[in-house]
Amino acid sequence: MASDLVIEAEGLRKSYRRTVALDGVDLHVKRGEVFSLLGPNGAGKTTTVEILEGYRRRDGGHARVLGEDPERAGASWRARRGVVLQSCDDVVELTVSECVRHFARFYPRPADPGEVIERVGLSEKAGSRIRSLSGGQRRRLDVALGIVGQPEIVFLDEPTTGFDPEARRQFWDVVRGLARGGTSILLTTHYLDEAEALADRVAVVNHGRVVETAPPADLGGRREAPATVSWSGPRGRQSEQTHQPTALVKKLEESFGGEVPDLTVARPTLEDVYLKMIGYSAKGEQK
Amino acid sequence: MTDALAVPVAAAPTRPVARAFATACLARGEVEIKQFFRSKDAVVFTLALPIVLLALLASIFSHDIPGTQVAYSQVYTTGLLAGGVASTSFLNLAVAIAGERENGGLKRLAGTPMPRTAYFMGKAIVVLVTCALETSVLLVFGHFAYGVAFPTSIGRWWTFIWVTLLGVTSMSLLGVAVSSVPRSARSAAPVANLPLLVLEFMSGVFVPFTSLSKGLYNFAGAFPLRWMAEGYRSALLPSYFQQVEPGHHWNYSAMALVMGTWVVVGLVLAARTFRWTGQGER
Repeated sequence: MASDLVIEAEGLRKSYRRTVALDGVDLHVKRGEVFSLLGPNGAGKTTTVEILEGYRRRDGGHARVLGEDPERAGASWRARRGVVLQSCDDVVELTVSECVRHFARFYPRPADPGEVIERVGLSEKAGSRIRSLSGGQRRRLDVALGIVGQPEIVFLDEPTTGFDPEARRQFWDVVRGLARGGTSILLTTHYLDEAEALADRVAVVNHGRVVETAPPADLGGRREAPATVSWSGPRGRQSEQTHQPTALVKKLEESFGGEVPDLTVARPTLEDVYLKMIGYSAKGEQK
Repeated sequence: MTDALAVPVAAAPTRPVARAFATACLARGEVEIKQFFRSKDAVVFTLALPIVLLALLASIFSHDIPGTQVAYSQVYTTGLLAGGVASTSFLNLAVAIAGERENGGLKRLAGTPMPRTAYFMGKAIVVLVTCALETSVLLVFGHFAYGVAFPTSIGRWWTFIWVTLLGVTSMSLLGVAVSSVPRSARSAAPVANLPLLVLEFMSGVFVPFTSLSKGLYNFAGAFPLRWMAEGYRSALLPSYFQQVEPGHHWNYSAMALVMGTWVVVGLVLAARTFRWTGQGER
């Protein structure tokens, strides 16, 4: 059982003074899974992750990460999980290679530092001072430091915030490579495309609770939701919701006698279902 | 509960604990030293500050302390040795640790299996190296510029060393404790500077102790810096100079007692206040 689930959290609770941050969070992450926590700012993502990483105490609930309680676990447990934190501004005078080697020395079974640097795509910068790295490069170094101990699970908390599109794609490849190697990953993000691209399953968190947990394609009943078929007709732009879009398109083709002008067939995007789940109405107001 | 007990330790072949600890301490020491010496401007200014202060102060008083043949510049050399040690240990640690707490360096280290003591061992290594360097530079400068004699016997060298070690240790631990006071890294320097300057003033670093009011100088006797300065005088100045001291002798027991007490107090304060994460994170 312990080998099946890398994270078991039930009813996690946490309050800061009078503010309730977590109001009973349940999470179950399987070994080898890429699991994403999605939610607006202040939903409780970071608090949840920090409790599981062992940085924060919970007020209530049950938590097991790799079979141990993160609040009580010691150095041998810390060696089995990796935490990717933002920016190594504390060691800017070291080179990339020195920094990765330095952190490798804390672990009982570290990966080869050179290989880790290559995996995050920093080989060309291995001899450069950290001071000279760009934001995206520093973040990839952060990942290198999080994985150099060959952890069984890696925590990534909003890893691509502030990245340009190209850097994000490169970063995704790094995460995919990790997942292929069998590392379990808990990723928090507020980018929906990131969750959709990387995660096997997604949990949407809002107001300190998990609203739903599902594969990205199934979230919010997306798979069963009606498709929206739109076209330009004699009365302007028209659209219709249907569970049989193919049949409708066929009917339209017949009635137009050929090509349907400006035809689109759309399923609800992850963004649509997500915004609905966190209570964002079409009028643009937060409920 | 059974699964919690079944999984841990056996999962990874662990190295002997002592070796892992030694490796981590050395790794930290190495990184601290590299970080320090690669910030060339910081190295130059850290080493230059007490020398510049000494040269300026010595230029004001060029005569001898009344009733002795010891020049003010020589007394200033011993005072700035103590002041320099206090800056390199107390001030540098308070500022550096506050910075690492704010930029997440501490949090990252706390997240690794590094034995937490190793972090402090790394700091101890860099503080000892920088203090040794600064003390040597100042001693050589004082020798050639103002004729301060190097310690003339094993006994004097021994005094010099134990005074330095006790002073560095007590001031370092206080620096670690003070690093938790500022609300941000930016305010760390002013927060740590004020008590240090007051202490340096009262302890006779900037003003010869013979010119300080008796009350103030007695009050300074509750803190380590005054005794560090007296320790350096006893190691470097002619033996008859102790007639000028308040008790007309080198008060070794007070030096050991006060600095030793502050080692204990500093240790307790540092251990109770140290946080691995920044403000507002619990």
